[in-house]
Order: sequence, then C-alpha cells, then structure tokens
Amino acid sequence: MNLWNAITIGFKEIYANKFRSLLTMMGIILGVSSLVAMSALVKGMENGMKEALVAIGGLEKVRIEEEDIPAWQQHLADQAVGCTMNDVYGLQQSAPLVKLITPEMRMRPVLLSKGGRNFTPWNLMGTWPSALEMNEHVVQYGRMFNDLDNEFSRNVCVIGSSTRDALFGSPEKTGREINPVGESILINHQPFKIIGMFQHYESEQDRKMRAQAELLNQQGGTNKSKVNPSSANRRGSSYVFELKNSTVYMPMNTMWIKFKAGGGTNGVPDPRLSGVSVKVRSIELFELALQQARNVLMSTHKGIEDFTFRTQENWSESISASIKNARMSGGIISAISLLVGGIGIMNIMLASITERVREIGIRKAIGATFFDVFVQILVESVVIALIGGLAGLFTSNLLVKLLVVISPTDNTPVITFESMLMAFGSSVAIGIIAGFIPALKAARLNPIQALRYE
Amino acid sequence: MALVELRNVSKIYHLGGEEIRALDDVTLDIDAGEFISIIGPSGSGKSTLMHILGCLDSPSKGTITLDGTMIHNASARQLASIRNQKIGFVFQFFNLLPKLNVLQNVELPMIYSGISGKERKERAMAALKLVDLENRSKHRPMQLSGGQQQRVAIARALVNSPKIVFADEPTGNLDSHTGEAILNLFYKLSKEGRTIALVTHDPEIAAVTPRRIEIRDGKIAKNVDNKLAGLGGTSKFVIKE
Repeated sequence: MNLWNAITIGFKEIYANKFRSLLTMMGIILGVSSLVAMSALVKGMENGMKEALVAIGGLEKVRIEEEDIPAWQQHLADQAVGCTMNDVYGLQQSAPLVKLITPEMRMRPVLLSKGGRNFTPWNLMGTWPSALEMNEHVVQYGRMFNDLDNEFSRNVCVIGSSTRDALFGSPEKTGREINPVGESILINHQPFKIIGMFQHYESEQDRKMRAQAELLNQQGGTNKSKVNPSSANRRGSSYVFELKNSTVYMPMNTMWIKFKAGGGTNGVPDPRLSGVSVKVRSIELFELALQQARNVLMSTHKGIEDFTFRTQENWSESISASIKNARMSGGIISAISLLVGGIGIMNIMLASITERVREIGIRKAIGATFFDVFVQILVESVVIALIGGLAGLFTSNLLVKLLVVISPTDNTPVITFESMLMAFGSSVAIGIIAGFIPALKAARLNPIQALRYE
Repeated sequence: MALVELRNVSKIYHLGGEEIRALDDVTLDIDAGEFISIIGPSGSGKSTLMHILGCLDSPSKGTITLDGTMIHNASARQLASIRNQKIGFVFQFFNLLPKLNVLQNVELPMIYSGISGKERKERAMAALKLVDLENRSKHRPMQLSGGQQQRVAIARALVNSPKIVFADEPTGNLDSHTGEAILNLFYKLSKEGRTIALVTHDPEIAAVTPRRIEIRDGKIAKNVDNKLAGLGGTSKFVIKE
C-alpha cells in the first residue's frame, strides 16, 4: 500500500466521522490559534517598545550626567567641576568614535506664558542645533535655531506640540491646526519668539485611533463626544511620546546668558550642564567609544569620577527580558493547550481502533502488513492534526482581531510567518506523537482474535 | 508435488499450565484444483487447521509448504504477503467493510498488493462479474442481501487470483436456499479449476465436496472420498452440474 492510498483512507475515515473529527480537531485548532495569537501579541509589544526606543534616540545615544563622587574620592569633592562645556569641547576634539555631541542645560523651575495661559514643559533646555538630530526631532513648522542664533544668543525657541496645545489651543479643541511660529511668549518673564514647532509625536496605535476618531467625527457631524487619543490611552510606551511632545529648546548661549550667567536664584553663575548627549559612530564600537569618551572626561574632570554614562542599553535589556518572559509564559500556556489537543487526538484514535478491531482484522486477513495498518492509523491522526492546524491558522486571525477589540492595547498584534510555521509544525508533530501509540496498538492486533471480536 | 503439504503439524496452547493440543500431528496434502471440505464439531481443531493453512497462524511443530514455499517459519510480513497473493478468505459473517462500497471492498486486497487504480478497478469488476454482481458495484454492503454480500466476499477472495480459497462456514449465516446458491457458486468455481477448501460442521455441506477431511480432537479422523464411498447423493443441497 502506498502513502497516497493511506492518506485517502485517512480522509475517508475522518469524513465518515465528521462531528467526532471536528470535536477532536477543536483542541488542535484552539492550541494553534492561541499559539499564533500569543506570539502576535508579543510581537506587537516588541514593536511598540522598539518604536519607543527609536523615539528616545536609539541605542547609539548615550547621556553623560553628573554623578555622586565615589567614596574613595570624597576628599576631592571641592575640586569637582561637574559637566561643563569643557567636556563638550574635549569630546569634540579627542573622541573620534563619538559622532554627535549635544550639550544640555536645563532650567527648573520654568514657566511659559502667553496672555493668561501658563504652561510648564517637562523639558526646557538650552542646547545646540544638533539636538534635532540627537533626539530624532522633526520640525513641522518654521525652523530649528541655527549656529548664528546661538552665537548671538537670540531670544528664540522651538517648541513641542504640548506647549502649543497649552498656550494656543490644541487641534482637538479648536478644530483647526494652529501654527504658532512668529508668536511671542514669555519664558520665566523674558520674551521669546517661537521660530519653530516640532511635529506631534505619537505611537502607531495612537495614530490609528486618532484617524478613526476623526473619521467618526466626520461621519456623524453632530457627534459631540470628542475622542482624545492621547488621554484615552496612557498605558505602555505612549508616555515616551508625551514627554517628547513636552519639549522646548532654546540656543545654548541664550540659556547661559539670559538665565544662568546673571545668576539664578542665589546670584552665583552656574556653568554646569545638566548633561551631555552623545551618539557613538556605530553600535559595534559602542564599548570602545564609551571608553574613549571616558578617557577624555577623566582628563577634563581632573581624574574625579563625578560623571556617569546613561545608556539605553539597560532599557533595551529590560525590554528584551520582559519580551522573553511574555513569550515564554505565553508559549508554555499555548503549548499546554496544544498538548491537550494532542491528548484528545490520542484518546479518540484509541476509541476509534477499538471500534474498528474487526475492520483491522479483515484488512490483515486479506494481506495488510503491520506497517500498512500502522501507517493507516498514523496518517489518520496526522490528517486530523493537519486539518486542525490549518483551521487553527485561519482561526488565529479572527482570534487576534477579537483580542484587539476586547482589550485595546497600545500595540497592534502582528502575526508573523515564523509563528504560523512554528504553530503548524507543532500541530503536525503532535499528530504524529498522538497517533503513534494507537497505531502501534492497531498494527499489533492478532488477525484471528481481531476477526472474532464482536 | 501437492499444492499444500502438511507434515506432522501440531498446534499447542498452554492454558494455566495445561497443555492443549488444538492440532495433533496432522499430515495432509491438498492438490491443485481440489474441492475439499474440512468437517468437525466445534472445538475439534478445524478452525485452527484453517488458520494455519490460511497463514493467519503459525504451527508449534511440523512443516507446511504452500505452492512450494515453506510457511511454517515465515515472518509476519511474509505471511501477510502470502495471504494477500496466494490465499482468499470467505467468512461466515461476510466481513465486508461497511464504509466502503462493493467495488472498493473487492479492490481492497489489490490495494495491499500495490496494483494501480485503473487495473484494480478492471480486475474488481471482472471478479464481480464472476459472481453476477457487476450491477451492484456502487452499493454499500448493508444495502445487499446476505447472499449477495457473501458473493461480494467471494469476489474479494478471488480478485488476486489466489492459489487456494478458504471458506469458513460460508453458508452458516444464510438460509438454506441462499446457502445452496453459494455452494453452487463454489462448485462452479471449482469446475473452473480453482482450489477451494470449505470449513464446516455440517455433514450435508461437506457431502457436496468430492473429498472430505474429518477432524476430531485435533486429529484427522477420516480421509474419505465421498464419491468413492458412495456418499455423493446424501446431501440435501442440489448441485447443478
């Protein structure tokens, strides 16, 4: 008997017991679809986190910040200078593995006002024009300040969309997009001119939801309930985008001269930077670049280790760890459901061969060998698993859609080809394993006893 | 050389330390083209003899040759192949597969001998024609009468052109009229040169066959040629010559 005949017989047998076969397949269908859906959810999570990682500047970005002086250098504390522009110039000249350097001088507390409206942005800082590239900002209206603005320490600033929303009105409230370029605002009571505005940053999911809400508003013109995408969904990684929108940049020298050099609250000039952001030339040279920067900084800091490197690596490691955990636990749960499906197949195959002892006896009497019977039963079990697996792949699409509807997450689940292949492959493997024992049992039947069986 | 040669064949079962000789030192020859019956009461060992002759079982002692092949020490795989190629079985309860139609049932032995679909169909139809059922090929066994089902079973037994056909109580589940038709069919097939062995407990049926072998307590009790012994006319079954 060739394999084709065995497969034909398998299909006939399954077709003859349609309802029973369907119930048996159900286990495999659910197992496969939960496996695929689980990995789609994890994949969506991973994508969302990667998106957020890119939004905060990518893996190549490193922030140099002030740090407490280590205990063994405490006696040098009065010599410590903190991060200054010396570090920036030193790195520029002596650290070729660092490709982009941006000094950051933050100011707190800060109050922006326009007319009667006030706003405190999360991050207001004096910096260089390179901050645009460093922090992956995109200017939507106007322009970024340039080196001349910096050189002349002009009172200009570039704002994020949150500042515009707070001082001039958001598109959701006013119904139109306001371009604030050219307007004048007060930053801590000093007049500044807005020369540019960044685009509104949001996650993929928020963008979709906003598009949907807009569509809804257009269709039902009288629909008063406004859907605010950013407030409707504050879970997960979207806080990264909100912080990014709440940014105000002004030229480095403006910050220094207008706010710091004249003395802050206590009248003492404060030349310290709140940090220096650098981007290394390539991720492969990350460790080397860090070492190089460290050497330079040890020199500019007179050997006092009052600085530290904040890399995104920790963040990315915790992302990978949490994704690994999610994948692991989800995988185990789905594997269990697939296993239950397999046990269902084995159970039904055992029942089926008990029912068909006489048939097996007849087949053996007219010349079926051990192998023929074994293959026949095994093929039947594999065919059930195979059909169940295919149906499961189909169902997984529906399941993912259902999951999206009942639990709106930040991240759209993504069904990958690999996960489908993996789930389908395991369903076939389960079919083979589940069919093995029943097939062996059937093939071992003694034809004489099988023929006498009632 | 005879088609089947049994030499000192015994089949011994051990039940709870007790030795049961289902067959005890049986020696028997069946020639090609013979029509014989194996008769004996229940428990006499006739079924065991048929199982051993039919390669469903192996003897404990002795040698068997079928068509020149030694089968007493063949492997399970070889036995399956011999059953498929050289032996046809007809059973008391027909033993057709209810989920397959008549044609598919007859094709079944050829599936296991690896014959292609087209040839399978042609040969199955030819075998059905032999038993006058070619117009029932698409029916299910359950849609046929007992006699028709038994004829399908006979067609299935003949489809691989076996050397010998074993029929185990082929009329046991049929009324006497239908049984007579089946016996006539066997007689006709025998006339065409096929070797047929009927296993029965009924002397009336055994009387139909030219040669009969009587088994008692695992031994051959008589080995009588019915016609020579003048017993040919004692059967209630009428065989149309």
